Amino acid sequence: MPKVEFDRERCKGCELCVPVCPKDIVLMDDVINQKGYRVATVREMDKCIGCAMCAMMCPDTVIKVFK
Amino acid sequence: MNVVFERTPALSDRPTHYCPGCTHGIIHRLVAEALDELGVREKAVGVAPVGCAVLAYNYFNCDVQQAAHGRAPAVATGIKRVNADNVVFTYQGDGDLASIGCAEIVHAAARGEKITTIFVNNAIYGMTGGQMAPTTLEGQKTTTSPYGRKIESTGHPIQVSEMLATLPGAVFVERVSVHDVPNIRKAKKAIKKAFEDQLNGQGFGIVELLSTCPTNWGMAPQEALEWLTGNMIPYYPLGNFRSPEEVE
Repeated sequence: MPKVEFDRERCKGCELCVPVCPKDIVLMDDVINQKGYRVATVREMDKCIGCAMCAMMCPDTVIKVFK
Repeated sequence: MNVVFERTPALSDRPTHYCPGCTHGIIHRLVAEALDELGVREKAVGVAPVGCAVLAYNYFNCDVQQAAHGRAPAVATGIKRVNADNVVFTYQGDGDLASIGCAEIVHAAARGEKITTIFVNNAIYGMTGGQMAPTTLEGQKTTTSPYGRKIESTGHPIQVSEMLATLPGAVFVERVSVHDVPNIRKAKKAIKKAFEDQLNGQGFGIVELLSTCPTNWGMAPQEALEWLTGNMIPYYPLGNFRSPEEVE
């Protein structure tokens, strides 16, 4: 089952990963990290196809992708 | 379950100081991935500019020397001539490379120095607070052109790739962008090709990457990518201007 992991404390909440997801499952969480940014996350992980588009777009290497 | 994407070893795990949505982070990653895929991290030496990327030595897991403003190609020339086996690259912004360092980059290319330049063009001075750069587009508002850049008083934006492609010493010149995933893949390919040409001893290589500066452009990161696509690409067309295959 493909999945993605977000390193919350690295995320700067730029949201560049949100529109590139072909399954439209990346969203901004309500949680705020220690830097004070709203972090990106995926709730419907079962829909993830492990394409790594979000990780390719992320400027801060927040995302790790498994397949 | 296999890991299909993670931070490459040539990129340190230190969080960058770049603003949210700044594409410097993407470009750092592409350079690091290219070094790892070619297996040259241990013999790579980067030369950092003055500008936002001045602290690049914190983010690359290879040797990095920080140079005086605009002088990265001169420092890289020295390193490469003394240690010809090293893979030497400069990482420069448009304020550093196209303004104060214009002579250095032109002459490094003219001499055909066997170095690779990663040129990040975001059409503005980032670190110093959003002043007009030589690459700022006509009509673009910056802190020193608050009514938009005017051609009659400040001239035309410099198209660095086109200019350097006229020099026989520059064997690889390509302009790419990092505004979406397909273009990020193309950018990675161009960076890797530039390093390969250096490894083959072919001459000077430069990859110009169109980049965003959401903070100084005064836009949200996604909006900045759209502005890049709509405004920068028409003036700075993407593509290969020179490759060793056509030079020979």
